[in-house]
Amino acid sequence: MEMPAPDPKILERKPQLLARLRTVLPDDALIHDISETRAYECDALTAYRCPPMVAVLPASTQEVSDVLRICHEEGVPVVPRGSGTSLAGGALPTEDSVILGVARMNDVLETDYDNRIIRVQSGRTNLSVSGAVEERGFFYAPDPSSQLACAIAGNIAMNSGGAHCLKYGVTTNNLLGVTMVMMDGTVVEIGGAHLDAGGLDLLGVICGSEGQLGVVTEATLRILHKPEGARPVLIGFDDNAVAGQCVSDIIKSGILPVAIEFMDRLCIQACENFAHAGYPDCEALLIVEVEGSQAEIDHQLAKIIEIARRHNPVELRESGSAEESAKIWLGRKSAFGAMGQLNDYMCLDGTIPVSELPMVLRRIGEMSKEYGLPVGNVFHAGDGNMHPLILFDANKQGDLEKCEAFGADILRLCVDAGGCLTGEHGVGIEKRDLMLHQYNSEDLETQMAVKDVFDPQWLLNPAKVFPLGSSAQRRSA
Amino acid sequence: MIPEAETELARIVAGLNGPVSIVGGGTRGATGSAPALDMSRLSGIHLYEPGALTLVAAAGTSLAEVESALDAEGQRLAFEPMDHRVLLGTRGEPTIGGVVAANVSGPRRVQAGACRDFLLGVRFVDGRGTVIKNGGRVMKNVTGYDLVKLMAGSWGTLGVLSEVSLKVLPKPEMGITLVWHGCGWTAASKVLCAALASPFEITGAARLPQRNRSPTSKSKTVIRIEGFEDSVKYRVGRLLELFADLKPDRIVTDSDENEAIWSAVRDVTPFRNAVGNVWKTSVKPTDMPLVTGKWEFEHVVDWGGGLIWTLAPEGVDLRLALGGIQGHVSLVRASRDDFERFGRFQPQDETLIRIAHGIRARFDPQGRFNPGLMG
Ligand SMILES: Cc1cc2nc3c(=O)[nH]c(=O)nc-3n(C[C@H](O)[C@H](O)[C@H](O)COP(=O)(O)OP(=O)(O)OC[C@H]3O[C@@H](n4cnc5c(N)ncnc54)[C@H](O)[C@@H]3O)c2cc1C
Repeated sequence: MEMPAPDPKILERKPQLLARLRTVLPDDALIHDISETRAYECDALTAYRCPPMVAVLPASTQEVSDVLRICHEEGVPVVPRGSGTSLAGGALPTEDSVILGVARMNDVLETDYDNRIIRVQSGRTNLSVSGAVEERGFFYAPDPSSQLACAIAGNIAMNSGGAHCLKYGVTTNNLLGVTMVMMDGTVVEIGGAHLDAGGLDLLGVICGSEGQLGVVTEATLRILHKPEGARPVLIGFDDNAVAGQCVSDIIKSGILPVAIEFMDRLCIQACENFAHAGYPDCEALLIVEVEGSQAEIDHQLAKIIEIARRHNPVELRESGSAEESAKIWLGRKSAFGAMGQLNDYMCLDGTIPVSELPMVLRRIGEMSKEYGLPVGNVFHAGDGNMHPLILFDANKQGDLEKCEAFGADILRLCVDAGGCLTGEHGVGIEKRDLMLHQYNSEDLETQMAVKDVFDPQWLLNPAKVFPLGSSAQRRSA
Repeated sequence: MIPEAETELARIVAGLNGPVSIVGGGTRGATGSAPALDMSRLSGIHLYEPGALTLVAAAGTSLAEVESALDAEGQRLAFEPMDHRVLLGTRGEPTIGGVVAANVSGPRRVQAGACRDFLLGVRFVDGRGTVIKNGGRVMKNVTGYDLVKLMAGSWGTLGVLSEVSLKVLPKPEMGITLVWHGCGWTAASKVLCAALASPFEITGAARLPQRNRSPTSKSKTVIRIEGFEDSVKYRVGRLLELFADLKPDRIVTDSDENEAIWSAVRDVTPFRNAVGNVWKTSVKPTDMPLVTGKWEFEHVVDWGGGLIWTLAPEGVDLRLALGGIQGHVSLVRASRDDFERFGRFQPQDETLIRIAHGIRARFDPQGRFNPGLMG
C-alpha cells in the first residue's frame, strides 16, 4: 500500500509549528518526540506503520479549533484519531502529518431520557455511552465488536455497525447531531435533539466521511430503552446454500431478528477448539437472536424453529437460560481470537445481496484453493455483510502480498455480485485502490467535490478513501 | 421534456440551456415556474427481492405501483410517506423519486426512521448531464461518501434522481391504538414521551386536534403498537400498567379505524380544506408544549411532539415566535405572497449555507435544477 511521500518543506518547519501549537495547548497535550509519537504510528491495520510528525491531544472544541486553524495556516495535513481501532488504516498517519486525537474529550454532556438522547464528547468509547444510561435501562444501539475500545468519533467517521444493526441500524441511523470543527478552525453545529435540521442532510454525508470533512468533537445520539429480554437459537446445516435459504425465509416470514450471524466450517471448528462452546460439527451455523418479553421471544423463536425445520437442520438448539445463551454467543464472539490462534489473518468486510450468498461462498472456496490460503467466513447474514478471514503467515516471504491479492479478489467478487467493498470498516487505505472497481471516475469526482467544499486544501486525512491517482491533483494543489 | 430512459434524461440535461423544474407527480407543492422536466415515464420496478428486503425502482415509478408490489408480498415502506395531496390539494400521482427527493416520512419515523434511513442507493444525473451512482442495493455499505443521504431531502437541487433502491420491511400482523381524549399540551407531551421511552416499541405517538373547535369533539392523543398479535396484546397490557394513573379512554383494535387515525396524522387531514397557512415545526419533543402553548392556533402533533403542524392565519410569521427554542420551522402551504415573504425553509447558520451553496454549485454548476428551492 503506497502512501504519498512526505513534503520536506513541512518537515523543515516542524519547529515553527511546535512553537505555534505550544501557544494554544498545554505541554502534556503536545507529543513530538519520536519515542512517543510511535504510539500513534498505526491503527488496527498493523501491517502499515508510520509515526506522525506531531500528535496533539486537545481537551476541548476550542483547542481543536485552535490546532486546526494553525495547521491550516501552516499547510500541514491532519489525521483525526479516536481510539485507533480502524481495520482499514483510516487513522494511519504520514511522516509530515499531525495526529489529532480526541481521546481526552470523553465527557457525557447531557442525558435526556424524555427525549431519548445523550450528548457526549466524541472521544468517549462506544460501550461507555451505553454505560452512562444503563442504570435507567437505556442503551446506545450500534454495537461494533470493538465497542470496549472504539470511540464515538471513529464510529461516526466510519459509520460503524454491529451485530444488532439488522434491527437497530448503523451509526448514521442513530446519530442526531454533531459539533464539528472544519479544517480552517470554524466550529459548526449540525442537527441536534430535533429531528429535522432543515437544508441539505449534511449530517448524512459527514457520517462515514472517514475524518476527511471535519473533526467531530461532540455528538447527539439516540438512546433506546432496552428490550425486556433477548434469546438466541443455534441452527446447524450441512450445506451453506440451505443455510442461506433459511436466512432468507426467516426474513420473509415477517420476523425481524436483532441478529442473524453465520459461520462456516473452518470458523465453527476454530471457535469450538478455542472456546468450547459446544458447536456441532457441520458446514454452516446460524445464530438467530430475537428480543422482547418472554412470551414474545417464545412466539418468535417458535416461528423461526418451524422455518428452520423445513430445511432439515443437523442441529437446532434453543437457549433455555442465560448461561446457555452466553454459551451460544461465546464461540461467535471469540471468532476473531480463535482464527488468530490458527495463524495471522486478514479480515475483510464486503457486503453482498443475501440471495448471492451460496454463489459467493462457493467462489471464495474455489479461490482459496487457487491461492493456497485458507479462509474462514463469519458474518452478519441478515444484511449480507461478510467477514471472510484469510489465514496467512506474516513471517513467510510473500504471504502477505498473496493474502492481499486474494482479499482484493474477494472484494471484487462482492461488488460483481451486486454488493460493495465495505459494509462497516470503511475504505481507509486498505480498499482505496479498489474504489474504481465499484465506482467510475465520475462517481468519485462527485464525492471528492464534497471534500473540496469542506476542505478546499485537502489537508484533512488526505491520502485515504480515494485512489491516490484520482486525488493526486487535489492533494498537490 | 419527458424522458423514458436514464440515457435520454442525461442527454436532455446535457443539452439544457436554461433552468428546469423537476416534476415527479407534482404533488409535493414544490414545482417551480421553470419549464417542467417530467419524470413520470422513467418508471418501472427494476428489482424486488422480498427475502433480502430490497426494492430498486426508476425514480418516476408511481408510489402506488411500489406499494402494491410490496403489498403482494406482505411488505411495505416502513417510513410511511405522507400523501401531500390531502393537505395541499394538489393532483397527480406521487412518484417514488419525489418521496426520496423530499425525504417524506410519516408517523412511524419515531421507531423505524425516516425515508433517508431506508434509502440504500441512488442513481442521478448531475447538472452537466453525467450519470452518477452512489450506495447500492445492500443494507450495509460504507464504501466512499454517503451521497445517498445527501440526495434524500435535497428537493432535486443537486441532481435528477433516475433510480432509487430502498430497504423495505414486513407488514405487521396487526396494530392497536390507545386513545386519550382531551389531554392538554403538557399532559399529551407526558403521555407521548413516556410511551416512547418504554421498551414496547411504539410506532406512532401523536395528537389530533378537536374537530372544528366543536365542543362535542375532543382532541385525541394517540399511541400505536404494531406487530404479531400476541406481542401487540402483551405490550398493550404493559402500557396499560404504565398508564395506570392516566388511563386511555379507548383502545382501538378495528383496522379501518386505526387506518383512519394514522392517515389523519400522516396526511394532516384536519387541515385539509381549512383556511390559512400551514407551518411545520421540528423541535425536541419535550419542547412541544412550549411551542403549541405559545400560539392560539390549531396544531397536529406527531413524532411524540417532535413535529408540529400549525394552521395559522395568512401573514403571520411563525418563526418569530420560536424565540429561544432550538428547532426548525418551514412553511408548507401558503399563498404565493407569504411564500415570497417568509420563504419555504428557515435560513440556516452562515457556514452551513456556504457549504450547501458550495455543494450545489459543484453538483449543478449552471443552476439548472429547481432554481429558488432550498435557498
Ligand atoms: C477487534 C475489532 C473488531 C471490530 N469490530 C467492528 C464491528 O463489529 N463493526 C464495525 O463497524 N467496526 C468494527 N471494527 C473497526 C473499528 O473498531 C471501527 O471502525 C471504529 O469505529 C473505529 O473507531 P476508533 O475510535 O478506534 O477510530 P480510529 O481508528 O481512531 O479512526 C477511524 C477513522 O475515524 C477518523 N476519526 C477519528 N476521530 C475523528 C474525529 N474526531 N473526527 C473526524 N474523524 C475522526 C480517523 O481519521 C479514521 O479515518 C473492529 C475493529 C477491531 C480491531
